[in-house]
Amino acid sequence: MQFFVNGGEVDIDFDPRTSLLDLLRERLHLFGPKKGCNQGACGACTVLVDGVRINSCLALAVQYQGREIVTVEGLGVPGALHPLQAAFVEHDGFQCGYCTPGQICSAIGMVSELKQGVPSHVSADVAAESFPLDHDELRERMSGNLCRCGAYNGIVDAIQETFGEAKAESEKSEAA
Amino acid sequence: MTPFLYERATDAQTALALGSRDGARYLAGGTNLVDLMRETIERPEILVDVAGLFDQIEDTDEGSLRIGAGVKNTGLAADRRVRERFPMLSQAILAGASAQIRNVATVGGNLLQRTRCGYFYDDAARCNKREASAGCDAVEGFNRNHAILGASKACVATHPSDMAVALAALDAVVNIESQDGHRSIPLVDFHVLPGETPQIETVLRRGELIAGVTVAPNGIAARSRYRKVRDRASYAFALISVAAGLEMDGGVIKDVRIALGGVAHKPWRAIIAEAALKGGPPTRAAFEEAAEAELAAARGLRDNAFKIELARRVIVDTLSKLADQGVR
Repeated sequence: MQFFVNGGEVDIDFDPRTSLLDLLRERLHLFGPKKGCNQGACGACTVLVDGVRINSCLALAVQYQGREIVTVEGLGVPGALHPLQAAFVEHDGFQCGYCTPGQICSAIGMVSELKQGVPSHVSADVAAESFPLDHDELRERMSGNLCRCGAYNGIVDAIQETFGEAKAESEKSEAA
Repeated sequence: MTPFLYERATDAQTALALGSRDGARYLAGGTNLVDLMRETIERPEILVDVAGLFDQIEDTDEGSLRIGAGVKNTGLAADRRVRERFPMLSQAILAGASAQIRNVATVGGNLLQRTRCGYFYDDAARCNKREASAGCDAVEGFNRNHAILGASKACVATHPSDMAVALAALDAVVNIESQDGHRSIPLVDFHVLPGETPQIETVLRRGELIAGVTVAPNGIAARSRYRKVRDRASYAFALISVAAGLEMDGGVIKDVRIALGGVAHKPWRAIIAEAALKGGPPTRAAFEEAAEAELAAARGLRDNAFKIELARRVIVDTLSKLADQGVR
């Protein structure tokens, strides 16, 4: 079966019971996506499929034949980090690091949803044209990713700095 | 996970032929089914992948919206027509699960998802839903999240969907395909109460495939709301949810829709409360009386009696706010 993983083509046969997460980790040796709860509750296994964030633990790999899969390894490498990876380092967006690859993939998928005008549970009017990446929206939209170290404040800051309006606001307040 | 044969259906006719065989199950997003298979609660011998089928949202000539069963939850919640004409449907979907799950889970799968009762998942516990006539450990066990309406001695589990609660309030119709043709069933009749056979959760017959749901226009969109009360601010199942809508004509309630989630084995359309309110004034006293009437049949278990009072308050508060708000 054929997949496109982090920009490369992969041909591989496997038992149809294999989850996408197990295929990535056990067969392709991509250890970025983590097995936390293995039931869709923690988000540590989050990867991007055709740019959309999903829980790879709740997916059978056979469902995703022919699709474009990106794990954290496909976003940046040491020396050439993705801006969000650099921001996680800058803002202490992790302690143990276990949830980090899922948080980063999730945040990238989240910003894409925001750009497409997908509302959220905290959006005051679901019919609005667009939605801001403010504190409440960011936390709601990232609620599928748990961090047991509780590094949430750093995670929020890193995502805000990379994608949000927080940077502009903090610069404003510094100037004031 | 027990072994299975995986087949992908690229068109509806093929899917129905493959899905009508013994031991076959349809696979859509898989966010619930794959988890249940891993726990060996579901043991299909054949998985018929229907990904990509029925994945459109279409306007009908009658002004309704026909929503394909294969539409992802995110796609439905973000659809401009849904957000403007049926905002409570968008709100309900966005109140459920996480973004990662909504990106994969489908409309059809959402309707067919199974209860999250802990005893259903725990194969060391007795569960009539998992194994017919095994008994139920929830009735006298940890049942804080369980049903207060329509339950039986055999099963006190709740249906976990938020989307289906809004669809119940919106008078949605479920469109079903099989090799024998198609049939349509009101959503409120699609799920069934547990009775003595809680393993039977819907009226779907073997081999039948949900093609989608149809939602007709209504007058409540401007005053409607999906309100969910849960233990966490996000990503938790409902303790109580209410899908409510009001259509006013002068000072009188012309139309009212109320459906409850987290209270029963199926989305609970509050027809007693609706009947009490229709044609009357939108006063707090009227809402209180209607809620009391609907909940007169509610029964609490060891841990969940609080839900009766909670449901009453959420119904009254939600309707009161809808009555007070300006029309969008």
